[in-house]
Amino acid sequence: MAVKKTTAASRAFDVLNVGALIGLAVVTVLPFLYVLAGSFATETEIDARPFFLWPREVVTDAYDFIFSTDAFVRSLVITIGVTAVGTVIQVMLTFTMAYPLAQKRLPGRRVVINLVVFTLVFGGGMIPTFLVVQSLGLLDSYWALILPMAINPFYLIIVKNFFQELPEELLEAARIDGCSEIGTFFRIVLPLSRPIVATFSLFYAVAIWNDYMSALLYIRDTSKWTLQMFVQQVTVSTDMSNTLGRIDANFVPPEQGVRFATIVLATLPIMLFYPFLQKHFAKGILIGSVKG
Amino acid sequence: MSVIAPQKSTPVSRPSADATHTVRLRTRLMRYRWLYLMLLPGLVYFAVFKYAPMYGVTLAFKDYVPFLGWNESPWVGTEHFERLFTSPDFPRILGNTLFLAFLHIVIVFPAPIVVALMLNEVRRSILKRMIQTTIYIPHFLSWTIVASLTYLLFALGDGPVTVLAENLFGSSFAFLTDPEWFRPLIIFQTLWKTTGWGTIIYLAALAGVDASLYEAARIDGANRFQQMWHITLPAIRSTIVIMLILTSSNLMDTGFEQIYLMTNSLNRDVAEVFDTYVYFTGIAQGQYSYSTAIGLFKGVVGLILVFGTNWLAKRFKQSTLF
Repeated sequence: MAVKKTTAASRAFDVLNVGALIGLAVVTVLPFLYVLAGSFATETEIDARPFFLWPREVVTDAYDFIFSTDAFVRSLVITIGVTAVGTVIQVMLTFTMAYPLAQKRLPGRRVVINLVVFTLVFGGGMIPTFLVVQSLGLLDSYWALILPMAINPFYLIIVKNFFQELPEELLEAARIDGCSEIGTFFRIVLPLSRPIVATFSLFYAVAIWNDYMSALLYIRDTSKWTLQMFVQQVTVSTDMSNTLGRIDANFVPPEQGVRFATIVLATLPIMLFYPFLQKHFAKGILIGSVKG
Repeated sequence: MSVIAPQKSTPVSRPSADATHTVRLRTRLMRYRWLYLMLLPGLVYFAVFKYAPMYGVTLAFKDYVPFLGWNESPWVGTEHFERLFTSPDFPRILGNTLFLAFLHIVIVFPAPIVVALMLNEVRRSILKRMIQTTIYIPHFLSWTIVASLTYLLFALGDGPVTVLAENLFGSSFAFLTDPEWFRPLIIFQTLWKTTGWGTIIYLAALAGVDASLYEAARIDGANRFQQMWHITLPAIRSTIVIMLILTSSNLMDTGFEQIYLMTNSLNRDVAEVFDTYVYFTGIAQGQYSYSTAIGLFKGVVGLILVFGTNWLAKRFKQSTLF
């Protein structure tokens, strides 16, 4: 960069460019700051002021109300449980299937890979999948939130490609030392793949956590609603008392504040994990693109 | 980045000097037995949740009666497709889907390229990283959160954006229910959620550009825009083409959750796309066969788009996916 001369035009470009990017970043975070401020404000303040980043009077009415009802905590517990169990199942299924598919000597492997790739470009669609889930008796079961998307074919192919790049000599050495195929997988391959296991665990976890469609399709019982379903009911549909299940003639819930606080509470877990997510997701997106 | 490209290599053959073939075959099969066992749970998954629904598209040619089941329900030929293609809903839904797809290609697709080029010009790496960290956030949020934020910010009368717009233009706005505003809102949401994250793939491609090219261009008197046009853009051209193929092959996928959450009784005419129409006719009204036919139509068009765009890319001697 020694030759570089900063001309006036170049400097003006830099100022405009950085200014525009900072503007973009501000537009990204401003809604969150507003919602965060609103969640701690009184109902009268939310009504009176169209926009603010700091409430005049800090109150926790909205949070008190949300936590005083069962609906929110129940949906949170359900979502945490489904995400934890689902992620373990998804990662196990994906990695155990990817490993044999990465073994070039395995007869029939090509056929299976083609069948997997075909599902990327064509599928039965929403209704036939719904009828399969229904015929398995999974409606209103938490398994319906996990099993229909137990393996993401795209991730499967990426993990398979990753396994193919592991040094062949290493696996050969393990086999010569008398290690079984499954032993090699658990004792040599998986420990070597720890970073990619972490990456895909997060991919899967975020997908289940954020999944709204499965709950909409497969869960009718309101007591089994997930967090995303709860958020949609409170903020998008206007039927709050029905969702929160607490009807008291003498008590008026801080409706606006509850909407704000619900968004904050639903966003919080993602924000807590954000540093990990950013690191691993960026890596994952690039793992997928190194080939070819 | 041929992530879904089939492997071109053939299985490794192991010529052996004197071991008999039968012994080798048996020992190899013994080994494979465990590999096949590992393959089994995944195969079951694909059979049940991917291929059984594919077989289920035969419902599109039947009249599904729940107590008769999939196999016993009577065949009706192409009745459901005739109904779909003659329905007044069809041109409306096709139009809505294609219009959103068009806006996606024209507005949403180029946005991360532009932002990646802008980020690439930022010299202070701390500032660059801070901006990146911020604009990646929305990628991780669910569509329910995005829709909730939209409902709060654009609320009739007292939403901050509504108040701002009304003060600026002096007229009233009904962003959430006015059909005129449905598409702008959808595109704005998608831009907000996907642009930042979309830059990653381009920034990775940009990181590989040889710095001495810029040096040489500067010595030749090229200004910043000329450098961007003649060095940076050509360097990421193949990435852009691959992303364009991926985007075009998904044109029919308008994103069920986003559209569903933003649809209401007042904007349904412009909001309804294939995905939400399948949901309303199938799940809400229980017309399983008809909605399966709609889904099948959408799937087949999608399939044609995948192979069509790939064929186009091949013709123009670009990198392809298959």
